[in-house]
Amino acid sequence: MSAQDTAPGARRIGLLGRLRESRVFQGLALISPANGYLFFFVVLPLVMVVILSFLSRGAYGNVEYRFNPSNYTRLLDPVYARILVYSLGVGFGTTVITILIGYPLAYYIARSPARQRSTLLFLILVPFWTNFVIRIYAWIMILRGGGLLDSFLQWVGITHQPLGLLYTPTAVMIGMVYEFLPFMVLPLYTSLEKIEEALLEAAADLGAPPWRAFLRVTLPLSVPGMIAGTILVFIPAMGMFVLPDLMGGAKVLLIGNVIRNQFLTARDWPFGAAASMILMIMTLLLTLYYTRRAGFSEDLLV
Amino acid sequence: MSEKKLPIWLRLYGVAAYAYIYVPILILMVFSFNTMKLNIRWEGFTTRWYGVLFNDQQVILATRNTLMIAVVSTIVATIVGTMAALALHRYRFPGYNASETMMYIPIVIPEVIMGISMLVLFVMLNFKLGLLTITLAHIAFNIPFVALVVRARLHGYDNAIDEAAMDLGANELTTFWRVTLPTIMPGVLSGAMLAFTLSLDDYVITYFTAGPGSTTLPLRVFSMVRFMVTPEVNALSTIWVLAVFFVMLAGRLAQNRRA
Repeated sequence: MSAQDTAPGARRIGLLGRLRESRVFQGLALISPANGYLFFFVVLPLVMVVILSFLSRGAYGNVEYRFNPSNYTRLLDPVYARILVYSLGVGFGTTVITILIGYPLAYYIARSPARQRSTLLFLILVPFWTNFVIRIYAWIMILRGGGLLDSFLQWVGITHQPLGLLYTPTAVMIGMVYEFLPFMVLPLYTSLEKIEEALLEAAADLGAPPWRAFLRVTLPLSVPGMIAGTILVFIPAMGMFVLPDLMGGAKVLLIGNVIRNQFLTARDWPFGAAASMILMIMTLLLTLYYTRRAGFSEDLLV
Repeated sequence: MSEKKLPIWLRLYGVAAYAYIYVPILILMVFSFNTMKLNIRWEGFTTRWYGVLFNDQQVILATRNTLMIAVVSTIVATIVGTMAALALHRYRFPGYNASETMMYIPIVIPEVIMGISMLVLFVMLNFKLGLLTITLAHIAFNIPFVALVVRARLHGYDNAIDEAAMDLGANELTTFWRVTLPTIMPGVLSGAMLAFTLSLDDYVITYFTAGPGSTTLPLRVFSMVRFMVTPEVNALSTIWVLAVFFVMLAGRLAQNRRA
């Protein structure tokens, strides 16, 4: 500010000139396109969904402007309650398995020589940027009846009949884990990589065996990465509907499938909106809980 | 972390983990050369599926749509997102916290909810679903990602160089074009790259905002996988994976040279 006052370019006359000088005005001018756009295309639609969730479905799949809280009570119906619990279970299971598989992998990358590290990281990122429908398709080829896994197992002589893995909950979990592994590995790697060797040496000097140094130093220091990874895996896993569609047949329904079906096939928008609200509330609670503990940092996006 | 003595079990684990990540993708690629139409077992080598793919009118149309949406949404989101990043980094204004929170919404909420809420908006406003609505939706989810990347780049930016430029007589606009923008350009470019990739790749939000005749590549791949699993899908996937790989490799080499 003070630098501007003395600058030759800053000498302007009149109200407009003074407005252009104002830092508040400049800031508002820069932010308003984003604010306007996001308000209109993100916030407003979400508000519409909230309102919609309290309205009624008309006879022809249209929306009637009549207050109706039963969309929410309908979600307590055993059919839907089971889907909700199941979605939480799938989200939780995917998170736990990606941590179990991803932690040693992130640790391996973080402990590798610096030159190799960037290549190893690059190799994690390539599938991450490859379209996810393609990655699902790779597993469909492997798992389908008479497919590659079956042929292999029969050739080796382990099984004699097709396993029939595709279109089962197991197939959905296999797909989910494969899909979300990079989302867990990257933040885990970021926090593991930051741990200074001196800390581990100090632990060793003080007589801690490696496993204890790991449990008392490495593991606690990698918690922020684990939290970021959990948010990145759990939230999209719960809302997923494409993967259950392709790999679960009609047998696996997650809350994401319910929302999609209500909006596109059953055409009960208010009920779909209520289901979306439940998913959103669960998501927000989880994010708030975790960010309160760890702080919302760039760790989230590596 | 240090680099000394990786235990053997860790190395073996590393190899196994990378095999787990890459074997399915490699299988996918190998089977794009399979003669068997059902593509269940390996029968023999052929490149005919690539010919089928390059003459597939629907794939060509979908590719064109996808690129158009990605280019337009990237340009708009990069401009708006960079402006927002500058505002949030350098200025304090009324509604600062609200603006910042709004930026996180599209990043945090599940995609399916973004998708249905935009569907509701467009239907309520009587917008015809198609290329325009997809592009509008892509801009919305890209703005926050661009802003995030550019802000990260601005993190170490020293405002003193701008002040120096202005002390030397440059006005705000000149300072921006000649000093600020060139400095943050790598951040702007990586933000644009991210936006472009996210747009190319998006299935869920596109699915809800697409109308008849506005199929994109991810939508096309989905229906191919769902309804007619022939090696043509593998051929398309192979090209896609290789394109991603080489673009990323080029980016990495460029970065190494600069460093």
